Amino acid sequence: MEIPAGLFYTKDHEWARLEGNTAYVGITDYAKTSLGDITFVELPKVGETLKQSGFSATVESVKAASDVYAPFSGKVTQVNQELAAHPELVNQSPYDKGYFFAMEISEEAEKAALMDAAAYKKYLEGLS
Amino acid sequence: MPIQYRGILAEHAHTRQEVSVFDICHMGEFMLGADPATSSFDRIITQDVVSMPLGSCRYGFMLDEEGGIIDDLIVYRLYDKNWMLVVNAATTAGDESQLYRNLSGGCCLKNVSSQLGKLDVQGPLSRDVLAKIFGDSIARLGYYSCGEFFLWGERCIVSRTGYTGELGYEVYIPLEKTQRLWDTLLKDHRVKPAGLGSRDTLRLEMGYPLYGQDIDAQHTPLAAGLERFVDFSKDFIGKRALLKEREAGPKERLVCLVSDARRAPRHGFGIFDGDRRVGTVTSGSFSPSLSVGIAMGYVSGNYRTGERLFVRETAVEIPVRVTKKPFYRKTTL
Repeated sequence: MEIPAGLFYTKDHEWARLEGNTAYVGITDYAKTSLGDITFVELPKVGETLKQSGFSATVESVKAASDVYAPFSGKVTQVNQELAAHPELVNQSPYDKGYFFAMEISEEAEKAALMDAAAYKKYLEGLS
Repeated sequence: MPIQYRGILAEHAHTRQEVSVFDICHMGEFMLGADPATSSFDRIITQDVVSMPLGSCRYGFMLDEEGGIIDDLIVYRLYDKNWMLVVNAATTAGDESQLYRNLSGGCCLKNVSSQLGKLDVQGPLSRDVLAKIFGDSIARLGYYSCGEFFLWGERCIVSRTGYTGELGYEVYIPLEKTQRLWDTLLKDHRVKPAGLGSRDTLRLEMGYPLYGQDIDAQHTPLAAGLERFVDFSKDFIGKRALLKEREAGPKERLVCLVSDARRAPRHGFGIFDGDRRVGTVTSGSFSPSLSVGIAMGYVSGNYRTGERLFVRETAVEIPVRVTKKPFYRKTTL
């Protein structure tokens, strides 16, 4: 299970990579592995305001559909257009080419509610 | 049988393009010995099972008196007085009591589900793969025919049937030899294992119903659009109800729905004609071969091919149109 250092993680298996005031958001290796082959992703709209832990996107696999929650509050600045035609990028590259969207975060302090790689690893061990 | 081995999409594609093996040991099988002239067996099944040629298979139903589907099954005519019935796992016990209740004296019924293993070998290369194991005579099996083949001193039944839409075979082998056959099949580098997930997407692309989802005791073969597997020229349990329903027209009909987009309709989602709810999705999935959402579901009202409907569930709305089955047509059946 790949859990890159330097990212923030949620209990719902989203990750966020902070670059200044921008957070890139996606789902973790664990999430995509549990979902199986991903066939469809519905992304938020650019300009949409999201709330931490609020609904942000939908991801569907052959097996089921799941909601994706926002790791931070803020405004969506960019979405990964590639996923419309190639949702399999989430399976192939969950932390890079398969990212979902980028957002301008409004409260950096919200990261206190998130886990670092070591804590997320421990969290996953507790689930199995 | 697991949901998947390598991944549903890979297993689905491999079945359509090459050949997969599915472990279907959970299915139920009955062996029936009965006199075709005097037996009441024919009354229990919607198909004419007495006139079946030896070595043939027929798909049909067991109905209750109201015409509700107790089970869908394949009947194999093995010998003049011997049939095999292949039924769904969850319904095996109910089928057995229906058979016992209605079979006349002199019939010999044996539930062999726990003694018989079943492997489905499905895909365009399945004939070549099985010919290497069972011999070239496997190639003589036509669609919906069956035969006996000997392997490792055991009697096996092989039929050219399946649930994928591709050229394929179902192999019945004594349970204790099933693992050996599985291993032998997988030694052929063309064969890959496939699980329940791809079995479901493959069958749905063909519009094949799944018992407990698309067909059940609350629906008749007429409502499910499966009347071609009902022989009205003979007597069978449930016939009176079906004739009545045929005259009045079924209240609901199972329709096939296809979307233009990748989002999948799911089991239980509502089907809408504009704002009016007209039905419910019974099976829905992303179609790996077509890369769009597909579904089946019961609707009240007569909707024709091409008509536009919506599948909705809370925040999800999927525009769909009514289509004919199968959804996917480029198979090697």
